[in-house]
Amino acid sequence: MNALRHILLRREAGILVMIALFCLAVGAAKPQFLTLDSLRIILLLTPLIMIGAMGQMLVIVARHVDLSIGSMLGFSAMVTGMMFKFYPEIWWPIGFLVSIGIGAMLGLVNGVLVTLFRLPAIIVTLGTLNLYRGLTYIVSNAKQIDRQFVPSALKSMSQTSPVFGIPWIIFISLGVALLTYYFVMHTRVGRQIFALGSNPAAAPLRGIAVTRVTLLVFTISGALSGLAGILYASRWGFVNPSNTGAGFEFQVIAAVVIGGVSINGGVGTVLGTVLGVLLLGCVAAALPLLGIPGTTQNAIYGAVILVALLIDRTVRRQGIASLSARARA
Amino acid sequence: MADAPPQAGVPLLSAQGISKSFAGVEVLRDVDLDLLRGEIHALLGENGAGKSTFAKIVAGVHRPTRGTLRLNGAPVDVASPIVAQKLGITLIHQEPISFPDLSVAENLVLGRTDGGWFGRVPWAQMTRDANRLMDLLGVRIDVTRPMRGLSIADQQMVEIARALASDSRLIIMDEPTAPLTPKEVATLFAIARRLRDEGRTIVFISHRLEEVRALCDRVTIFRDGNKIATDTIGNLSDGDIIRLMIGRPLKEYMHKARSHIGEVALKVEGLTLPGAFSDISFEVHKGEIVGLGGLVGAGRTDVARAIFGVAPAAAGTVSIDGKRVTISDPAQAIDLGLAFVPEDRATAGIFRTLPVEQNITAAVPRLIAPSGFIRRALEKAMAMDSVRRMSIRLASLRQPIGELSGGNQQKAILARWLLTDPSVLILDEPTRGIDIGVKAEFYDMIGELAASGRAILLISSELPELLALCDRILVMSEGRLTADIPRAEATQEAIMSAAVPRAAAWEGAAA
Repeated sequence: MNALRHILLRREAGILVMIALFCLAVGAAKPQFLTLDSLRIILLLTPLIMIGAMGQMLVIVARHVDLSIGSMLGFSAMVTGMMFKFYPEIWWPIGFLVSIGIGAMLGLVNGVLVTLFRLPAIIVTLGTLNLYRGLTYIVSNAKQIDRQFVPSALKSMSQTSPVFGIPWIIFISLGVALLTYYFVMHTRVGRQIFALGSNPAAAPLRGIAVTRVTLLVFTISGALSGLAGILYASRWGFVNPSNTGAGFEFQVIAAVVIGGVSINGGVGTVLGTVLGVLLLGCVAAALPLLGIPGTTQNAIYGAVILVALLIDRTVRRQGIASLSARARA
Repeated sequence: MADAPPQAGVPLLSAQGISKSFAGVEVLRDVDLDLLRGEIHALLGENGAGKSTFAKIVAGVHRPTRGTLRLNGAPVDVASPIVAQKLGITLIHQEPISFPDLSVAENLVLGRTDGGWFGRVPWAQMTRDANRLMDLLGVRIDVTRPMRGLSIADQQMVEIARALASDSRLIIMDEPTAPLTPKEVATLFAIARRLRDEGRTIVFISHRLEEVRALCDRVTIFRDGNKIATDTIGNLSDGDIIRLMIGRPLKEYMHKARSHIGEVALKVEGLTLPGAFSDISFEVHKGEIVGLGGLVGAGRTDVARAIFGVAPAAAGTVSIDGKRVTISDPAQAIDLGLAFVPEDRATAGIFRTLPVEQNITAAVPRLIAPSGFIRRALEKAMAMDSVRRMSIRLASLRQPIGELSGGNQQKAILARWLLTDPSVLILDEPTRGIDIGVKAEFYDMIGELAASGRAILLISSELPELLALCDRILVMSEGRLTADIPRAEATQEAIMSAAVPRAAAWEGAAA
């Protein structure tokens, strides 16, 4: 009973139930939704969001927010794509280093603006959201990197792998999630991020290097956006200055918040975030299947997120209230 | 940690000529103080006497403007709380600092720098160590639960455990007992005594004389930023202590005779709000200034907020001009002719970024906007008139009020409430943080307001202010009304002995 209570009280339980209910409901209407094929579709829809969500989770736990991730993704993907196009002789895996490195630098700039100039992260990253997107147009001369320039080895990472043919990109995103889990649960600095977000005023009194920790979370968020950037090129086979990464921040922040990460900082789990990402993936995969036209998908997508948040909030409150009432009785 | 071996006769910590100024105001002057090994040392004084500032300097929260601290005879620079922790000095705040989302065990070890940035967090060992500390203190707290939701007493225990984890030799507790129940206080005291018997030094800051007497070996009394005396507790009577705490020379005050005391304007009966105050009854007549004295935390502000409907009382009645009224929000209070100038100007009084004129007219929307739309000319004229009457010094009516000096801000707030033409005016610490010059102006203004037939309830922690202005002085202590002193009998001693919580058996120092 106690163990059950413990599990039910966890935030993750609510999201899991929501995913199950959603899939069953869609499956009742369209049985093909409950097949391995659509699982593959869902899993292929989520890796980029998953990677972005891990970085965003760290930033939000530290009581900041990073709105610029879509533009960081776009810029690093564009630079990497141009490298593929103009220097095809360079061994293609170097593209990972380039993309992640550029993302990390852009993230560091965000961090410096937030810490050194003490500007609110929401404004800083709203600014760099536009700045980095603008830079993407400038460096690319507003031209797309077309399919033929993206190395086919990179593209095949999104199609298959030696392990049961599950695409590499899925393993990479799971790897990032596992690393993030280790980082937040088992390293000192990982715990310091939670301490900082939990009580920013007290953090320096306890010897937490607030500036360095803040720089670190923004840099990680940038680096992971960079990783998502090159994987975008892998997944879609092109890089477009205006589309690549556009709206990424919306999906990622939605996933993180649905996953139970508190906007007030200090609270969040990797498991919850992963489930939040999967819920979004399910919704994204179900909409076309249900025959909902592209024009209304955005609206439905947004509404589903709001409903998920609402259900989560009410269920959790009442669930806890009834459970603790029972415990008292 | 201990660089010098403990030598007999050398105090653990020795403060020499410690002074501290904030923005040019000296709050601590040339304090010399020795803390010995294995003693519990009380710091006593009125609010603002400097005892907390001194404690914060020792703990590295503030740095002294002048003076040296010696630890075991060697000069030390306590540059930050981290340095203090490394030196074995821990300050336990009244509301303990914690990270509510982290577990108790994590809160205990957080900030320890061994292991490096990417070092692995040893969860199992952390939990074991935390449990061992809790056993040592004899308290039962699940160390794996988050701090959030822990009682203040338990949070204090976690802080004490933290002090033990870093093997602190000097533990300073800043008013630790204020939020505790008697049983929790007993536990705290038992632990404090045990730590003393281990040779540690405990500094205990409290207002409660009976606690100081029960627990402490020596006591140091602060007043107006000076150290007044240090002595063994047995050598001082409660009367001595109170006299030392308030003993500033009595100045001459203007006791203007106010002869127009009329009908009862505000009457309060049996007002009770569990946890804040209980069974408060008093009357304020028209033309009368009634003081409400007591120490910070005695519940005075809560009573004022209850009357004004900010946080209504759970039981009891309020009558205005002889009529029973129910006030459940401030708008009703304003309609009934009440006005309340709150204590914390910065958070509860002013709209910092708005112009002075809007701040002045904020309480009278119906006057400046008779038809629902604000009539700018009317608003301006009204604000201008107030500025002239109260002689508020400003550059422009459109200036954000935050740019004015504290005294002028306070005048503007008073002006705001006078526009509502209140019959009952409640002032909560109206002169806190205001220069002497502006203070005198304020006193005159308050006197005139009373003379014009308004009933005034003046909450103040400054005894001379109460004595100078009030026709009658009520005193609260720990949520209860402990005295109602007519002006003729009012002395600092009388107010203070009613304000200081103490054993009932004690005979009044001023009697």
